[in-house]
Amino acid sequence: MRWLLLKDLQILRRSPLQAVLLVAYPVLIALLVGFAISGQPSKPRVAFLNQVPKDTRISVGGTELPAVGAGQRICSRVECVKVKNRQQAIEKVRSGDVLAAVILPANLVDQINSLATLTPGTPRVEVMVNEEDPVKAQLVNDKISSLLAQANLVIARQIAKSGGEYLNLLVNGGQFEVLGESFGILGLRNVAKILEAVTPTVPPGPLRTSLDQVTRFSTLARDNLNVAGPLIDRLAQPIAVDKKVVSGKSPPLDTFAIAVAATFVLTFVIVLLVAGSLALEREENAFPRLTRGLVSRSALLAEKVGLGMAVGLVVTLLMLAGLQFFVPLEWSRFGLWLIAILAGGAGIGAAGAALGAAARDVRAVSLLAFMVTLPVAFLSLVPSGTVGPAIYDAIKFVTALFPFKPALQAMTAALDSSGPGIGRPLIHLAILVVAYGLLARFALRRFSAV
Amino acid sequence: MGATGTGAVALEARGLVKRYGKRAALRGIDFVARPGELLAVTGPNGAGKTTLLSILAGISRPDEGEVSLPLGEVGWVPQQPALYRRLTVEENLLLFARLEKHEDPHASVEQMLELSALADRRDEIVARLSGGNQQRINIAIGLLSAPAVLLLDEPSVGLDPRQRARVWEFVSALAADGATVIFSTHDIQEAERYGRRLLVLADGDGLFDGSPAELREAVRSEAPEAADRDFETAFVAYLRHRGH
Repeated sequence: MRWLLLKDLQILRRSPLQAVLLVAYPVLIALLVGFAISGQPSKPRVAFLNQVPKDTRISVGGTELPAVGAGQRICSRVECVKVKNRQQAIEKVRSGDVLAAVILPANLVDQINSLATLTPGTPRVEVMVNEEDPVKAQLVNDKISSLLAQANLVIARQIAKSGGEYLNLLVNGGQFEVLGESFGILGLRNVAKILEAVTPTVPPGPLRTSLDQVTRFSTLARDNLNVAGPLIDRLAQPIAVDKKVVSGKSPPLDTFAIAVAATFVLTFVIVLLVAGSLALEREENAFPRLTRGLVSRSALLAEKVGLGMAVGLVVTLLMLAGLQFFVPLEWSRFGLWLIAILAGGAGIGAAGAALGAAARDVRAVSLLAFMVTLPVAFLSLVPSGTVGPAIYDAIKFVTALFPFKPALQAMTAALDSSGPGIGRPLIHLAILVVAYGLLARFALRRFSAV
Repeated sequence: MGATGTGAVALEARGLVKRYGKRAALRGIDFVARPGELLAVTGPNGAGKTTLLSILAGISRPDEGEVSLPLGEVGWVPQQPALYRRLTVEENLLLFARLEKHEDPHASVEQMLELSALADRRDEIVARLSGGNQQRINIAIGLLSAPAVLLLDEPSVGLDPRQRARVWEFVSALAADGATVIFSTHDIQEAERYGRRLLVLADGDGLFDGSPAELREAVRSEAPEAADRDFETAFVAYLRHRGH
């Protein structure tokens, strides 16, 4: 068997294009995934016109913020293209140079400041969009909604904080500044104390009864307004998220992305190599000569799967080493990486052998490999809840028949300890190795035709 | 039809029958081959030549009958060169010598390179060799197992006359050295020229087993006008006389 392995490696060496592809493919995938993971997400281009006077300050609840900060906040989330006037903003949106235009009107700050007064206005921001493309329209809507939600939250927190301070002043008393002058506010707590001190000195009668009523009211008002404080706080963020994981453990997204890339590379390299080299034995007419007593059919299959595992291991490790430049990997788990790659490689190799034995022709094998592998790989990435339950069950069933998903699960578990364990996918892969091995062995019977 | 010669037997086929569904590809073929014999299995297309050789080679099993090999195994050389075109001549020979578990595979390779007269092209990639030279390597690989009988399936198909001559020179030399060579061909003139004995098949039936001269004599008694013409004409007359 080792001589056949040596022969296949010699053939691989003699096929420069194939060898270059085997090396270049994982490096390319590593670069793509690396840049995607480590790079900043691209920001949509938005035309930005700020008509608010420069020295205007936002004052909510006694807290002052420079109005320029609002512009900076927006421009940190999108790529702002500064425009001089409204017309220029419209032109940029129409031409498609920008996704949208945001105009902060001159009275925006006054309107925001009025929120903390008795006559609150409605601050408005003008947004212009070009909805010629539904995907683009959705992207703009999501981005603007997110920006507004963030801005509203900041303002609501300031208003809530301000309301809370007013209440505190009413309850406990203190200093209050209006137009630069400071006023002393007695506060309900002090009112109650004074009344409680004064009341015993007043003789029983109508005046004392009235004083008792005022004392009770001030105590009641103090206690209830104390409760109102947290209520106002809740206005700023009415719904809090209390997340509990009831099923499944997931690793960080970066790790999952690396596992997907590694499994993808492993799958394509091994399926094409194993299926192709098996079909090549027939195309070169060597199969009948080999199996006339030189090598058993099972040994030939094992050699092809072994070839796939060996090359898959090298290529995947090469890819992971490339990714190391973008994302730190846990090299202390190297032993588990090897187990996952070899087990995944065995499952994928066995499936590749079955494909190669069934297709028999190298060109047909390449086509079949792509036709089977691509959809299965993509289906394996469909999360539950994104499709109907019946469809998801069907997807789960189909993907369980192919080694991509368990190989991905094993790879994810090997790369990171926070995900699910590696045991189950390894058992799954072992079952698939046996099943595909038997299928390949059965399909090889057709190879004998001369 | 039966074996009538004397001496050691290298291969004996008895009552070989092979069916593909309802169609019978071979209908009870018997013959023997002796050491040093050059036996041509010939007949029109669909006669059953390749089926017979694949049974003799052990690649397919007969539905009835058996093959015995008293002197040792057969070496099989398929019609299309069964070698790796991206490996060199030497790498191909070395691979199969190793798979044959030769004690000294490198020595066996040298022997085969000398026998096939391709020692000076040992480092060439097989794909770059001519069809004739590829066929010589193909035959040399078949000889690596030191077989008692060498089976060649249409060894000169697709070769130009010069390449054909080179292959036949090689094969004739093997037989002269005592190897039993059984080859199939649909080219009756090639069968007459290189075969010391002919085994004629048609529609799975064994029609004739004897020398080319004996075939011509048989035609003379049945179709005298064809007997003295070229061998192909005589052969066609022989087949016609038997309803093929």
